[in-house]
Amino acid sequence: MQEKVTRVKLEEVLCNSGALITVLRFAGDITSASKAAVLGTYEGIPGSTKRILLDFSGVDYLNSSGIALIIQMMIAASKSSQTIQTFGLKPHFQKVFTMVGITKYTTLHPDEESACAAFSA
Amino acid sequence: MDECSNSIELRLPSRLGFEKVAMNTAASVARLMGFSDERVEDLKTAIAEACINAMEHGNKLDETLCVGVILSMGPDSLEVKVLDAGKGPQGRTAAPDIDRKMHEQEEARGMGIFLIESLVDEVEWVSSPPVGSYARLVIRLDPAKD
Repeated sequence: MQEKVTRVKLEEVLCNSGALITVLRFAGDITSASKAAVLGTYEGIPGSTKRILLDFSGVDYLNSSGIALIIQMMIAASKSSQTIQTFGLKPHFQKVFTMVGITKYTTLHPDEESACAAFSA
Repeated sequence: MDECSNSIELRLPSRLGFEKVAMNTAASVARLMGFSDERVEDLKTAIAEACINAMEHGNKLDETLCVGVILSMGPDSLEVKVLDAGKGPQGRTAAPDIDRKMHEQEEARGMGIFLIESLVDEVEWVSSPPVGSYARLVIRLDPAKD
């Protein structure tokens, strides 16, 4: 059985503030099989990019190994002085992110607009 | 027949991804029992993590070894046993420390047992060598009762 593939779309969006933000849009499952999709895609973002938005709207299944990949991405982002804002997590995964403490390093927003606005705040 | 009226058993290969079979079966059972959507989501994550532990650590991803899952419906709770051929977790597992993880003083992985313990009402790890071990999870319809 093949695991449901992680799909990631890398985009740049112009926020209401006029700032250009890089967005990683995840869909499908994020598990131990998602290393290339998560970290590989992140590595394609230039180091000069300082604002990254994580969109989890399309994620159906996220396990502890997948969360570990997100943490690894956040470690790399922290080393590059990049700021990460997050939105689109289903309520259960918001709870899980909060439980493991990720919310200390990224804010979970209800939607893209509020996540974008947080960069200029 | 009595056994069958209140329990469901699954045997999964020790292959990552198959934990979703147990997860979705448990979710269906929990919904039939009247668990809220929030509790069903808690159970799904807990059972998926228990199966992943059993596959990775218990059975060392040896696909010839099965992970057994037994769902037992009680009047006000659902008990889940996840069985593997390993010895079970050795010693107490510390809660993840996000600061240590972010500073690479602790592995990014290693949150499964913490999530299981946080999301269900009762957890125990039973080692029964040489047969193997199992995790026993209980989720109650009304946790406030206990």
